[in-house]
Amino acid sequence: MQNPNSNRKYIIAGMVLTLTAIFIIRLFYIQIIDKSYQLSSNNNSRLRVVEYPGRGMMFDRYGKPLVYNEPVYDLLMLPQQVKAFDTLELCRILSIDIVEFRESVRKAREYSRYRQSAVVRQVSMEQFAMLSERLYKYPGFSFQIRSQRKYPQPIAPHLLGYVGEVNVEDLKKDPYYQSGDYIGKSGLEQEYEEYLRGRKGISFMLVDVHNRLQGKFENGRYDTIPEPGRKLTITIDAALQEYGEKLLAHKKGSIVAIEPSTGEILAMISSPAYDPNELVGRIRGQNFERLMNDSLNPLFNRATMSRYSPGSIFKVVQALVALQLGVIDEFYSVDCNKDIIGCHNHPNAHGLREGIQYSCNPYFYNVFRRIILQGKSTNQFKDSQIGLKIWDEMVFTFGLGQILPTDFPGIKPGLVPDGELYDKMHGANRWAFSTIYSNSIGQGEVETVPIQIANLAAIIANRGFYYVPHFIRSIEGIDTIPQKFKDPVHTAIDPKYFDIVADGMQRVVYDPGGTGWKAQVPGVIVCGKTGTVQNSGGKEDHSGFFAFAPKERPRIAIVAYVENSGAGGMYAATITSLMIEKYMNGTITQADKELSILEYQQF
Amino acid sequence: MANPRTNFIARLDWLTIIIFLLMVVFGWMNIFSATQNEGAAGSIFDFSQRYSKQFYYILTAFVIAILTLSIDGKVWSFFSFPIYGLTLLILPITILIGKEINGARAWIFIGTFSLQPAEFVKFATALALAKVLSDYNFQIHKPKNLLTVGAIIGLPILLILLQKDTGTALVFLIFVLVLFREGLSWVVLFVAALAIILFVCTMLVPLPVLLPVISAIALMITWLYQRNLKFFGYGSLILGGLFGLAALASHFLGEEWSIDRMFFIASFIAFLIWLVIIIRKKHNPLLLILFTWIGAVFFIFSVDFVFHDILQPHQQSRINTILGLESDPLGVGYNLNQSKIAIGSGGFFGKGFLQGTQTRFNFVPEQSTDFIFCTVGEEWGFLGSLFVLALFAGLILRIIVLAERQRSTFSRVYGYGLASILIFHFAINIGMTIGLVPVIGIPLPFFSYGGSSLWAFTLMLFVFLRFDTDRYQIVS
Ligand SMILES: [Zn+2]
Repeated sequence: MQNPNSNRKYIIAGMVLTLTAIFIIRLFYIQIIDKSYQLSSNNNSRLRVVEYPGRGMMFDRYGKPLVYNEPVYDLLMLPQQVKAFDTLELCRILSIDIVEFRESVRKAREYSRYRQSAVVRQVSMEQFAMLSERLYKYPGFSFQIRSQRKYPQPIAPHLLGYVGEVNVEDLKKDPYYQSGDYIGKSGLEQEYEEYLRGRKGISFMLVDVHNRLQGKFENGRYDTIPEPGRKLTITIDAALQEYGEKLLAHKKGSIVAIEPSTGEILAMISSPAYDPNELVGRIRGQNFERLMNDSLNPLFNRATMSRYSPGSIFKVVQALVALQLGVIDEFYSVDCNKDIIGCHNHPNAHGLREGIQYSCNPYFYNVFRRIILQGKSTNQFKDSQIGLKIWDEMVFTFGLGQILPTDFPGIKPGLVPDGELYDKMHGANRWAFSTIYSNSIGQGEVETVPIQIANLAAIIANRGFYYVPHFIRSIEGIDTIPQKFKDPVHTAIDPKYFDIVADGMQRVVYDPGGTGWKAQVPGVIVCGKTGTVQNSGGKEDHSGFFAFAPKERPRIAIVAYVENSGAGGMYAATITSLMIEKYMNGTITQADKELSILEYQQF
Repeated sequence: MANPRTNFIARLDWLTIIIFLLMVVFGWMNIFSATQNEGAAGSIFDFSQRYSKQFYYILTAFVIAILTLSIDGKVWSFFSFPIYGLTLLILPITILIGKEINGARAWIFIGTFSLQPAEFVKFATALALAKVLSDYNFQIHKPKNLLTVGAIIGLPILLILLQKDTGTALVFLIFVLVLFREGLSWVVLFVAALAIILFVCTMLVPLPVLLPVISAIALMITWLYQRNLKFFGYGSLILGGLFGLAALASHFLGEEWSIDRMFFIASFIAFLIWLVIIIRKKHNPLLLILFTWIGAVFFIFSVDFVFHDILQPHQQSRINTILGLESDPLGVGYNLNQSKIAIGSGGFFGKGFLQGTQTRFNFVPEQSTDFIFCTVGEEWGFLGSLFVLALFAGLILRIIVLAERQRSTFSRVYGYGLASILIFHFAINIGMTIGLVPVIGIPLPFFSYGGSSLWAFTLMLFVFLRFDTDRYQIVS
């Protein structure tokens, strides 16, 4: 039977023959004509050698080194070349556990007999020197130089962050990394990883069958030179940072200081802290575990992650919003009527300045009521909804209730409650001013993190705008910092209202009946405000204080929190005073204040 | 000599069997060479070594071969569809209980023993295809029949893609050769070739250059066909004008359209205008050019979209590397480079059995499975490579000859199915080791390490040999 398409068999057979012919020509080319594939006559192979660049150093705003590198050595093993050796002596020189060492040798053998594996990591300089002399007794072993972080002063662990070995996710995310590489895991080490890490160099060496080096493969055509990590200059004032850490030692708390005219973060302290040198090298693992399990939680960065009620500090925000909306003016006065909301004993507040000075709760209850209930609807539920929406929009412009777009990982947004939240909590049209009035004095649902409060101080210092707080001052080889740190962010409040609030904050520190006299600094006008954070845990309240100084052309905006140190902001105000003096004058004249802080120890 | 009509042994095609034996034995020698250094030397019977495992796989394959020859060929024809259905059913199960290797969830583990069911789906699909095409009422260009054929080939592709085993899924596309042999129009081959050319062009040429060039070619063909410049002139004017309009629209709408998008909009509107003009003026032959052109434009955009928005970065870089757009000796290109160096360093005579350094020192990835040809190239040189090429070409051509002498359509179609799959594996596997096609993970039949592939190909081959011994029977 003749199939109609039978002739097509020739086409298919032709395809097979053509394909075979193409393969033959190609093979003839790469096996016989192109000599570049035929390496030198004695059966050479390539060995891939990785050179690790030094990680970028970090300097403070005055060029003082904060972190640099020191060389460490990884002991490599090529199983194929290893002969019987004195395991005991090797372990003694390197002071490592023999069982652990045998285990890593076994793993290296399992991985490949023809490839090097690191069997002992981060050998110190001295051990390296000692073993190098005897390395001839250990065929198959060699050293590879790497660098590890070293901190000249044990400061700023939370903000600098730490470096660790890449994990599975890191490997998946970025093909640059290979198992065993290091990567910034937190803080600025994580944020600026791509600048700090530099670029690994890779060279291909020719080796013979006995793995002896024969020179570079194809004259280094495929090699890349390691590129050192870039130097980073950050905005921190190392002296101020160190001093703040000293003040907060043995207390739970945090300090954030910002330069208002630029948004540069001068200091960021979280206590309890740890020595960053503890998280480096072979001791890292056990120290990390210890810090993780520490009940005081020293790895936790309070400055960016602790969510507190802002307390009385929030009253300045209420005052500004009310002024802008025109629901009060600077002469607005309220009798201190403690029926609805509690207060301490003080003369009645005449005008807003005294309202802030006395931190009168009924005063700000009424201010907030005027913001929320503007009479835009006759239904009080509707009216509250409208008022809260207007309030929300204004409060947001202070950078609250949102993650500040700064150059630091893991910042919490805090919370500015909105209608949606209350609808969820109570049901739509089932809440009104009477439900939410605690927010008037910074209690209730509103929450902030310390860095936001420092930024709030900067906003008042600047009379109405802020620069996004940031750490970067310059990156080696890059002309400029990101534009987002150079553009001012304006609040919805007219600058003219800020002077009234600043007056009130000055009275807090200087007038009789003010709550912040501890914040005074000789020769400088400080504007500040206390903020007691009620502690639901049944323990003592947290003490908070935020301030800026000097009043005109301010140079520093700052917040300090000391947890469980009681109402009134005594410790926080004192710390603020010392920090301002340290930054402005470089020296401390208030020895008694300093002593009172150093003597106060919580643990 | 024994009479083929009465003697089964004499009816067997011994040429094919000899090629099969040569492949399996030579394959094992290369696996031995590639893997004997992986650990401490052990005996062949030490089951922990790959070469010893492969030894048992080969013994099992012989058993499969003998069993297969003893089964009546009619059984396969009769049970085509159940076999097809059953193997397809196993695929989703594999996705559920299978283990992930190299990103593909294609393996079932029974103890320490692993099986890749997709290998057997090739066999089942060849059977099902043969069954459908041998139906008395089957006519290849009837839409209903084409649909059935499409479903039979498409279903396993879909399921295997779900396992993320792209390489194996691609194999099924080669069944188009079987359809071609059975009378599928040239147009399909033409379109397929055009698609491949356009795909490569889309990768190599930036779209703002490629699209105008394609359009210009279409207009030129119109010109040559019409032998006057009228359509050519109007065509350029319409397309250029619409492109300008799109640019203006983009500007005034305040949207930042890319040049690609403006061109796409202009092309689509131009297509509609021309469609109306051509139909009204009754220049129907021009419709073919018009549709080919707009089809090409759409195809280019979809390739561009799939490449940039759907493919994973590692898949993109594989394609880029093979097209020479990306040079990365440490990543994908590094593997490819190593593979070429291994083969290239073999020279004319090769370095000799067990003397290869590239493959032994783990420089070549997957050296005993997908890259086994590296060992051949390095240790046996150009001569050894020629020998392997000759074995494959010989086997495939022999199968075509056998297929053509079958009396039943079923056997012939099945034979072409087998030949096609071998062609695809041969082309892609060897092509990738010598840097002619992208690195697609499929094994070299009868050579690569692994039981599933060896057994599936053995089964397929010997089922066909059994069909061949039955060729004197009266076709019922
Ligand atoms: Zn009061």
